[in-house]
Amino acid sequence: MAWHVSVYVTLKPSVMDPQGATVQRALNQMGYKAVTDVRVGKFTELEFEAGLSEADVKKQADEICDKLLANPNIESYRFTVEKK
Amino acid sequence: MRFSVPVFPGSNCDHDCEYVLRNVENQSVEMIWHKDTDLKNPDCVVVPGGFSYGDYLRTGAIARFSPVMKSVADFAAKGGLVIGICNGFQILCEAGLLPGALLRNKNLKFICQSVYLRTEETNTPFTNACKPHQVLKIPIAHGEGNYFIDADGLKKLKDNHQIVVRYCDSEGKLTPESNPNGSLENIAGICNVNRNVFGLMPHPDRSGEDILGSHDGNYIWKSILWTKVGVQ
Repeated sequence: MAWHVSVYVTLKPSVMDPQGATVQRALNQMGYKAVTDVRVGKFTELEFEAGLSEADVKKQADEICDKLLANPNIESYRFTVEKK
Repeated sequence: MRFSVPVFPGSNCDHDCEYVLRNVENQSVEMIWHKDTDLKNPDCVVVPGGFSYGDYLRTGAIARFSPVMKSVADFAAKGGLVIGICNGFQILCEAGLLPGALLRNKNLKFICQSVYLRTEETNTPFTNACKPHQVLKIPIAHGEGNYFIDADGLKKLKDNHQIVVRYCDSEGKLTPESNPNGSLENIAGICNVNRNVFGLMPHPDRSGEDILGSHDGNYIWKSILWTKVGVQ
């Protein structure tokens, strides 16, 4: 058993995402005309020692996202915590 | 004058900086491995271009936590001159020494070409040898040079006259066509409020001699020398 944290980092809505725009154009060309927006982000999985409390895991995950995984100037993040 | 160049795993313009400073400008240069914390008492720190840590996660995101960067931040806080070129600019933004961030180029391509820059501010230690609105021909080589800052941040940059160079055409006009990477308002380089930290995407380290296509990068180096030792 260990804590399993899934972190999602995406560009803020106000930040242009040329990669997402290119993927959207490709999808539209492939026939998926209903796709009206694409935002490409990053997915990171973290494993924490099982001995920590859930509150500690969340606190550390928050710090990790603020300090390294996301750049608050351009990105926002969210994460989920599970014991597996 | 004494320059120090931090070297990260993946830096690849560290020797361009060393060469132009030592061989073209005849100055002394110390190369500082990123795990060292002693900057060797420099007058100016040059954070070089390249692909520190393979650009993993975000450009400059991991390099900013290298031990040497704490020393660079302390040096800057005391008023020391710091210039970051290309990946060096990205590292300074990630480290919070400069505001904003560098995003993926608008056209998603790595762009390697000569561009023109208009000197927007000559009242900095890095551009005081330039005339107002002087056009400099300097090359770029990057995939993530698309400068972004939020509306509040942009207002502060303008209020404090921190936008130092902008992409322009050969005549100094700011046009959408002369903006190679989609940077907000053609911004190519900015300084901090105290004007002792400067970051730019173009490479003055690769434009110190005509054989390289331009010697205009020397205006940046001459400015620094003029600031510190009073010769131009």
